[in-house]
Amino acid sequence: MKALILVGGFGTRLRPLTLTLPKPLVEFGNRPMIVHQIEALAAAGVTDIVLAVNYRPEVMTEALKSYEKQYGVNIEFSVETEPLGTAGPLKLAEKILGKDDAPFFVLNSDVICEYPFKQLADFHKAHGQEGTIVVTKVEEPSKYGVIVHKPDHPSRIDRFVEKPVEFVGNRINAGIYILNPSVLKRIDLRPTSIEQETFPAIVKDGQLHSFDLEGFWMDVGQPKDFLSGTCLYLSSLTKQGSDQLTPASEPYVFGGNVMIDPSAKIGKNCKIGPNVVIGPNVEIGEGVRLQRSVLLKGSKIKEHAWVKSTIVGWNSTVGRWARMENVSVLGDDVTVGDEIYCNGASVLPHKSIKANIDTPAIIM
Amino acid sequence: MASLQVPMRGARGGAPVTKAVILVGGPSRGTRFRPLSLDLPKPLFEVAGHPIISHCFAAITKVPEIREVFIVGYYDEAVFRDFIKDCARTHPQISIKYLREYQALGTAGGLYHFRDAILKGRPDRFFVLNADVCCSFPLEQMLRLFEEKDAEAIILGTRVPNDAATNFGCIVSDAHSKRVLHYVEKPESHISNLINCGVYLFSTEAIFPSIKSAMKRRADRPRLVSYPSSDALDSAYLPRGSAEDDEDGEKTEVIRLEQDILSDLADSRQFYVLETKDFWRQIKTAGSAVPANALYLMKAFQAQSEELAKPSATILPPVFIHPTAQVDPTAKLGPNVSVGPRAVIGAGARVKEAIVLEDAEIKHDACVLYAIVGWSSRVGAWARVEGTPTPVRELSTSVVKNGVKVQSITILGKECVVADEVRVQNCVCLPFKELKRDVQNEIIM
Repeated sequence: MKALILVGGFGTRLRPLTLTLPKPLVEFGNRPMIVHQIEALAAAGVTDIVLAVNYRPEVMTEALKSYEKQYGVNIEFSVETEPLGTAGPLKLAEKILGKDDAPFFVLNSDVICEYPFKQLADFHKAHGQEGTIVVTKVEEPSKYGVIVHKPDHPSRIDRFVEKPVEFVGNRINAGIYILNPSVLKRIDLRPTSIEQETFPAIVKDGQLHSFDLEGFWMDVGQPKDFLSGTCLYLSSLTKQGSDQLTPASEPYVFGGNVMIDPSAKIGKNCKIGPNVVIGPNVEIGEGVRLQRSVLLKGSKIKEHAWVKSTIVGWNSTVGRWARMENVSVLGDDVTVGDEIYCNGASVLPHKSIKANIDTPAIIM
Repeated sequence: MASLQVPMRGARGGAPVTKAVILVGGPSRGTRFRPLSLDLPKPLFEVAGHPIISHCFAAITKVPEIREVFIVGYYDEAVFRDFIKDCARTHPQISIKYLREYQALGTAGGLYHFRDAILKGRPDRFFVLNADVCCSFPLEQMLRLFEEKDAEAIILGTRVPNDAATNFGCIVSDAHSKRVLHYVEKPESHISNLINCGVYLFSTEAIFPSIKSAMKRRADRPRLVSYPSSDALDSAYLPRGSAEDDEDGEKTEVIRLEQDILSDLADSRQFYVLETKDFWRQIKTAGSAVPANALYLMKAFQAQSEELAKPSATILPPVFIHPTAQVDPTAKLGPNVSVGPRAVIGAGARVKEAIVLEDAEIKHDACVLYAIVGWSSRVGAWARVEGTPTPVRELSTSVVKNGVKVQSITILGKECVVADEVRVQNCVCLPFKELKRDVQNEIIM
């Protein structure tokens, strides 16, 4: 089988992290975002993966080579010379996606969930029509585009309602699809939207179905959601009884949902959790309090610091008795001084913070 | 001892007799020292391990010829009883008495009211120290200038930034002779950046007649009591005290040194200024106790005081820790920290630029910066109680945050509780409050 992952541009919404690494390589739950997707695709029998990008950084080519080997898949870049929207990239990759009659997966690179590719493919083949959209239920459908089914059918889509004022349903497009190659004929090679143009056309022919997603779903394209998505992901691992999580029997684990790389060092008298990811070679000093945070590779939290709702970038250091909160994001190699307070600070790489940041601010 | 000294030009040919008066005010003043003054009279509040008033007293004891000290104010008699007992024990050669005004008489009015006590033993001169001043009190230097100039009055002055000067009494002096030419309390426009430190040395022969004539002037023109620029400071008691008859038939009213006397002295007397280059600041607001604490600690450190905690990896000097306080060896303290009796500081706590009062507790990994932790207050684990640093030379204790003026020093009144992991910034918290969530830039009633 084949798949296309819509990566797109520079991932500016996830800056300052994406100033250092392309978004697909930023670690989510201690593994690059794209690895979660490649692994799930490979497990569902996908052998050909197209990455739709509009730039191709060297570092990405290197990394993906190793994943090709690891997961036994071919990964191709499809580079847009101009942004083609969400549908144009499919046409651009027609050679691969349309090389046989088997349906292909399309997914947004920002989406994190339990990727039910196998069940999705089975469902798609079972109804035998052109496309299937994965949908997820949300509490506040008014913020999204909502899917409305045909009255006489549980999965066939009748129409899309963008940001409904009145309740018409609570299922929204989760950004994961399986489509027959015939759909490629419906797309022109120009900037075009799959949601706005392609899908309504398929709906008109009664050929589009929805597939309910089990479990969590999150678009982790920006720091706030990256942290929320991490919580959901860790909760899901807890539910599965995953051995990737640090056992709650560890004296420093508090409230569970804690993932610590084995190479990380944890000081005495720490209180860690809930919802914390600690990357490789991270050093945590004594008496540190961590919650709802992600500490990326090689970062360091010094003694007695208090860190909540914060992403600590690679090789960054948080000083003694520092206090970080409210979606603070440190880029690569940032130093936060001892006793400093950061409230929603977004700090670009290689900066040193020596005065309190009392209100959310970007530190250039 | 005085009789063994080389005789100096005393008024009566013998060794001059010098006394000292500490002006402490009363409970209706010092409201700006709330919430701390809700539980303890300001002069007894401890900075650098000692009550504010005892720093004045300590300076007085450095002048060997002073044998008699008066505390003048309108607090209840009991307020200074223990302090006076302590002084009598540590300095048996000095007589120290509390003279209570039964109504606020003003700084000069109080002196005049107690003139008999002050003049007993025919002293030649006496110091007057405002208790709410934090400085190095260079009393010996003032005495030397007094004698050198054959002066009738000496005022201690200090230079402040031009824009701050109009908040104080301003002194115009002759640069060469140091004579005071002109004095204005809180002028509306810029006059001088040399300001009144609230420390004086008066000849008894000059000051009492000056106060008397001021009172007479007041009696002749009783309506003229309003000084627009100074009203704000003491308006609380100015009108009430005006023109009331004393039991002995004397006209008494609020007569203040600053507004009613000093400008006359400049006009008609041998009045000189000693300009100190050393530290000086007022202790008005509760927050100003933190810089005062820092200045007195620094002074003790420079004097290599045995009282201070020994510097180490976890003690950044100067730090005062009361012998009965318990500080975990992994806690890091300083600079400019005072820890009161029986206070407990837990493992991995951080305390900087702060006063931790009697019986307070700071739990493990908590952080206290630019703050006062009130008596028996508790700061939870990983909590952060924080003010905003202001430079020591800065004379104000407020900062502007998002366009709103807030206290730069965070103050927890008596028996307040800050829950674990909670952050309190630029807040003043009245006694017995429990803070369970983050707060900033607030007064918590």
